[in-house]
Amino acid sequence: MSDYILELKKVSRYFGSVIALKDIDMKVKLGEVHCLLGDNGAGKSTLIKTLAGVHKASEGEFLLDGQTTEFESPKDALDAGIATVYQDLALVPLMSVTRNFFMGRELTKKIGPFNIFDTKRANEIARAGLAEMGIDVRDPEHPIGTMSGGERQCLAIARAIHFGAKVLILDEPTAALGVKQSANVLKVVARARARGLAVILITHNVHHAYPIADHFTLLNRGKSLGSWLKADVSREEILEMMAGGQELEDLESELAEFTRTDAAANAGEGSTFEAAAAAQNAHH
Amino acid sequence: MSTMTTPVQHAQKNIPPDERLRSESSLKKLLTRPELGSVSGAILMFIFFAIVAGDSGMFNADGIMNWTTVSAQLGILAIGACLLMIAGEFDLSIGSMIGFAGMMISIPALYWGWPVWTAILFAFAGAMLIGFINGYIVVKTGLPSFIVSLAFLFILRGLTIALSILFTNKTIVSGVSEVAEGDILAAAFGGQIGTSLFSWLGTNGWMEVYADGTPIVTGIPMVIIWWLLLMVICSFVLLRTRFGNWIFASGGDDKAAKNLGVPTDRVKIMLFMFTAFCATVFAACQVFEFGSAAADRGLLKEFEAIIAAVIGGALLTGGYGSVIGACFGALIFGVVQMGIFFTGIDSDWFRVFLGVMLLIAVLFNNFIRKKVTGAR
Ligand SMILES: Nc1ncnc2c1ncn2[C@@H]1O[C@H](COP(=O)(O)OP(=O)(O)O)[C@@H](O)[C@H]1O
Ligand SMILES: [Mg+2]
Repeated sequence: MSDYILELKKVSRYFGSVIALKDIDMKVKLGEVHCLLGDNGAGKSTLIKTLAGVHKASEGEFLLDGQTTEFESPKDALDAGIATVYQDLALVPLMSVTRNFFMGRELTKKIGPFNIFDTKRANEIARAGLAEMGIDVRDPEHPIGTMSGGERQCLAIARAIHFGAKVLILDEPTAALGVKQSANVLKVVARARARGLAVILITHNVHHAYPIADHFTLLNRGKSLGSWLKADVSREEILEMMAGGQELEDLESELAEFTRTDAAANAGEGSTFEAAAAAQNAHH
Repeated sequence: MSTMTTPVQHAQKNIPPDERLRSESSLKKLLTRPELGSVSGAILMFIFFAIVAGDSGMFNADGIMNWTTVSAQLGILAIGACLLMIAGEFDLSIGSMIGFAGMMISIPALYWGWPVWTAILFAFAGAMLIGFINGYIVVKTGLPSFIVSLAFLFILRGLTIALSILFTNKTIVSGVSEVAEGDILAAAFGGQIGTSLFSWLGTNGWMEVYADGTPIVTGIPMVIIWWLLLMVICSFVLLRTRFGNWIFASGGDDKAAKNLGVPTDRVKIMLFMFTAFCATVFAACQVFEFGSAAADRGLLKEFEAIIAAVIGGALLTGGYGSVIGACFGALIFGVVQMGIFFTGIDSDWFRVFLGVMLLIAVLFNNFIRKKVTGAR
């Protein structure tokens, strides 16, 4: 049993002449939220797809619980306990909550010579799994198209947890969500951590990442800028490093925006996050 | 942090909240059933023709058998097309496959001296191999199946004509009935069941008989049995099995499904093979019913099958549809086609009607899809 459930050593990934990732080192522990930060195009999605068995690393070593591992397919990674909730969620809007919950891992029972999908028990399990994550579904046979983005995100996470994931990878879970829904998703992330899972949270939004993360790894243009424990790094420092590779103008405007929201937060005596939430609520 | 916990408490407070919402959601549930359109459409058609053609013989025993047979033929194709559409793909080669499969049965049986049952098995194997190639090209290249199967529509039709001329010097091969005499597998497609029941009905006066004492309906054609059998099996597979969930998932979002370990390529290839299988069942029933094969058989059937599936609630974008719905779509087809014949309306109107039906069905499905996906 290794200290780290996941370890990357000098992992690189090329797409033809494109260097999407170069010499990435990363270590992830059970029971921590590891935040992977980086601007658009930094290589975050490529990195997690490499972890999830979608891409193979072109170079470098990948250790799962101390063992060198190579996944042939997403299914392999899933079977090894690495579950990924992709940006596009891997949910089918036209299918019911239950059918989505069990997609690819259908619960079957044997009736005579037939293996049939055990709808009743599957409904119960999906309902219970979601309730545990604080989501109440009215009818698990209802298509998920009518659920909110936040609920769907939580459904995808609950599904991963139910199927025994040890490592939960979330690709920009809050990117398309409003402040309130983002809060719900981050709360589910906290629950997953409390259950002892390792969570890799990808985002380019420091404000969402900072309150929940235990550990940060920064990517920029396919390279790692390093990893820090939360205690060792401030929000400003992270933001500054993320902007490092950009034009000075961009950097300044982003910092200005940050100072503005921070000021608003201080005025409202809570964190930036809550201030933003309050602002959003006041708006409605 | 306090604001972040309220939604949970809220959710836990209403733990049994359904009672309040049940009635509304069950109505909505009915509305979102994919079969709704075609079942209500079929009922409307029955009422319409019962009124305008009630005394034309359309609802006599032989009239009923007539439109049921027409529905069954199309229904068999529609089931295959429907499953493939739910998996997100099209097969436009169904019609050409019918002609090709008919020749694959008839030529070996008549010209090469094969026992008929081996010719039938050969046709199934050949058709499914072509279905496999069709599907393989689609999943491996990622090209739209619309284009790939359109290519096969021409390739197979051309091959059917060219090969039948090459081997037989004709495009219509007849005389199959004589060689098929006593062949069990041939009887499974061209035969009838319940013949003794029907003659018993006839002799007891329960059914009209001809002057020589034979009942006007001598039995149930096997094509109807195949239709019902495929309907039950396919609907069961789609709704109640793992593979059925994979079909929905492949068509709903095949990248998502793939990422969760659903073998979408395999699912799609198998369904391309299944549409080829259905086309061959259709072809075999026709060959043994008419005792001949013709190179132009099955013309435009791919579109009729797709229309029946769409009327049955299948979405052109995949991920949604119903086998039962497709069968009702085929039933509407059969009833209207024969109804127009029985009422003596000019049959050109059948095409007009089809187009209008298709348009209504697509608009209706689009509306349902928006409801289901909660376009807010
Ligand atoms: N399949 C691919 N083929 C070629 N280039 C790719 C592929 N996937 C990603 N890339 C490139 O790799 C870089 C990193 O992309 P990505 O991992 O999606 O970034 P992020 O998720 O951080 O926004 C981009 O420049 C992108 O164009
Ligand atoms: Mg990305």
